[in-house]
Amino acid sequence: MNIMFLLIGVSLLAAMTFLLLFIWAVKTGQYDDTFTPSVRILFDDDEVSEKEPEKGNGPHKEDKTADKETNKENSNCSLPESQL
Amino acid sequence: MEVQQFNYDNKIVKYFIIATLIWGAVALLVGLLIALQLAFPAFNLGLEYTTYGRTRPLHTNAVIFAFIGNAMFAGMYYSLQRVLKARLFNDLLSKVHFWGWQIIIVLAALTLLGGFTTGKEYAELEWPVDILIALIWVTFGANMIGTILKRRVKHIYASVWWYLASFLGIAVLHIVNSVELPVSLLKSYPVYAGAQDAVVQWWYGHNAVAFFLTTPWLGLMYYYLPKASNRPIYSYQLSIVHFWTLIFLYMWSGPHHLLYQALPDWVQALGVTFSIMLIAPSWGGMINGLLTLRGAWDKVRDQAELKFMVVALTAYGMATFEGPMMSLKSVNAISHFTDWTIAHTHIAGMGWNGGMIFGMLYWLVPKLFRTPLYSKKMANTHFWLATLGILMFAIPLYWAGITQWLMLREYNANGLLTYPNFLETTTQIMPMYHFRILGGLLFFSGFLLFFYNMFKTIAMGNLVDNEAAEAPALTDSSARKAGETLHRLIERKGVVLTVLVLIALAIGGAVEIIPMLKIESNIPRIAAVTPYTPLELAGRDIYVANGCYNCHSQQIRPLRWETDRYGEYSKIGEFVYDHPFQWGSRRTGPDLARAGWVGSSTYKTAIWHYNHFTKPKEINPQTIMPAYPWFAKNNVDLTDIPKKIRAMQTLGVPYAPGYDQKAVADYKEQAQIIVAELKASGVDIAADKEIIAMIAYLHKLGRDISPANQK
Repeated sequence: MNIMFLLIGVSLLAAMTFLLLFIWAVKTGQYDDTFTPSVRILFDDDEVSEKEPEKGNGPHKEDKTADKETNKENSNCSLPESQL
Repeated sequence: MEVQQFNYDNKIVKYFIIATLIWGAVALLVGLLIALQLAFPAFNLGLEYTTYGRTRPLHTNAVIFAFIGNAMFAGMYYSLQRVLKARLFNDLLSKVHFWGWQIIIVLAALTLLGGFTTGKEYAELEWPVDILIALIWVTFGANMIGTILKRRVKHIYASVWWYLASFLGIAVLHIVNSVELPVSLLKSYPVYAGAQDAVVQWWYGHNAVAFFLTTPWLGLMYYYLPKASNRPIYSYQLSIVHFWTLIFLYMWSGPHHLLYQALPDWVQALGVTFSIMLIAPSWGGMINGLLTLRGAWDKVRDQAELKFMVVALTAYGMATFEGPMMSLKSVNAISHFTDWTIAHTHIAGMGWNGGMIFGMLYWLVPKLFRTPLYSKKMANTHFWLATLGILMFAIPLYWAGITQWLMLREYNANGLLTYPNFLETTTQIMPMYHFRILGGLLFFSGFLLFFYNMFKTIAMGNLVDNEAAEAPALTDSSARKAGETLHRLIERKGVVLTVLVLIALAIGGAVEIIPMLKIESNIPRIAAVTPYTPLELAGRDIYVANGCYNCHSQQIRPLRWETDRYGEYSKIGEFVYDHPFQWGSRRTGPDLARAGWVGSSTYKTAIWHYNHFTKPKEINPQTIMPAYPWFAKNNVDLTDIPKKIRAMQTLGVPYAPGYDQKAVADYKEQAQIIVAELKASGVDIAADKEIIAMIAYLHKLGRDISPANQK
């Protein structure tokens, strides 16, 4: 079953790749903030000020004005983080 | 801070969505066809192209790579751009990725129906298609990594990590499992043999489940569930923890597909251990998803997309609990080779992947096309049809699996098997196969509503091909500078460079090391086991081409009720010349590992095989085996034989040097013996027909170690 040596080797190599990515992620501050990212993605739509008029009522239309305001605030929040 | 203007590429997302809808319909339709074929053999349509052994791989490949694959790319390409605040790296790469993937799907359909297959489950595609898959997959990866590098948000959102792991995982798995030696344009032999091939295949097979059906979909869940419910993910921290745990553990669990089989115990134990540990990270995802809806369950009542996602997460939780349980040897003895496994895969496939696809698209399509959904009512009807369809599909199959297992292991007072004839167990579960068709029909009719609803929505809508967006430039020093070439950028990014080098090393290493490993040293050899004769080898190729492994295993487990039924349990040394291994994973018919062992229950004479292949119903009126009358009409191409012998020699099969020149003569000589045998039974047939080779191959199975051979 020396094929196992190959598979274990390949799997370890893949695991090592993941480990390096993990170390990189931690070192570059990817995980310093574990709250803002989860909220930020909710505000990533329709940020351009001169938006085309929309047809019909999209399912989330009611949230849009609120989103836009919070978004500005939010992108400011994330600034210090990106300068780490 | 400078605010940059850019565009999102919505067109490529639209392409992948339309491909998802079309291939989804095809994949489910083929699924319906094979369900019908199992209950009513007439649906094999009397054509070699449409018999179950070829349509079943078509169904699995179409569902996984065409339906789920296209949906995954659509979902990734939409969310990647938005969470990274960047247009996709390169429009040309996006186009090559899309069209390349569709060409692969069309080639897959044509080759699988044409009988061009490697005979390895979910990796059936032949070598030219394998190469194309690798190229397109790398195109996709380059496009994704390029987008990550030019992002405008420093933080890489959880979803992107899952996408990245999926790309890396599939790249490594596909390349290692697909190392094969071409014989002709559409025929190759895997370099691994027997048990080695089995281990590599299921290392791939299980990780394809991991990195194609799980990790991309958890990533998509982490984007689309918060978006659809407008709630942040319950615990971002948990998403990080279970991501790293899951990708570290998954790679090792493959051998749980080979429990009790001809494999060293320690390899089996390794697979079981990691499979059990996988419960934790898997449930991390389910819990995180469901708890995201905390305080928002009222939305589930109103939004069909959330209903689907809730079912998806529930199905994911059930399947990832059931999976580790099925990895326990005692449970595996029941579930393996029976319909239990088929039920399990459909809970995961229809429930988790199906639910995520439907949920994602019910949210994404109206959003992308800037219009409300064409019909909410239709979406809700679809939800109930799909959910009831899954239940009506899976429950009968669980029932069938356990019923069949109970019957197979039933002994009477005399200590003999109560149901020695395998067919009795198949007949018993036939009503369950009828229910399963109904379940499939329900699910498919729901899909048709979805299909109609989606196209109506798309027609009503108005897609902005290049959606304008703006975001502050990333001021981080590691970001790409104006005018800098991609290579310079990668050079500066030590980590990225290291990762790419590792991938290159993995590919290079695999190519270098694998050929050296092809002849195994520490597999216990059995002196009596000899290579296949040219006639038997030709028969084996026909066996593989027709997908016989989809219904017949060649692996007897050391369980009393298996050895009593089929004979001596399978040994690792019996398979050293099997390129590819053909152990199978489901017994719709009896095991064939002892079909050449004179005196075993599966040993049949040449004339029996002839009659059984041409008119199986005349031998067993209740059989669901399709008829193969063309075996008696089609000729074997003898000009290929020397090439095949040479290929086998390259792979380490010990034919005498120069044997390829004598192979055709040997072929004819051995064929004449079977022709004479058939003639004595009143059948006149030419020696070069496929049926002669098939009979020779079946008579080889288990013969080498049988008592008759020892004399």
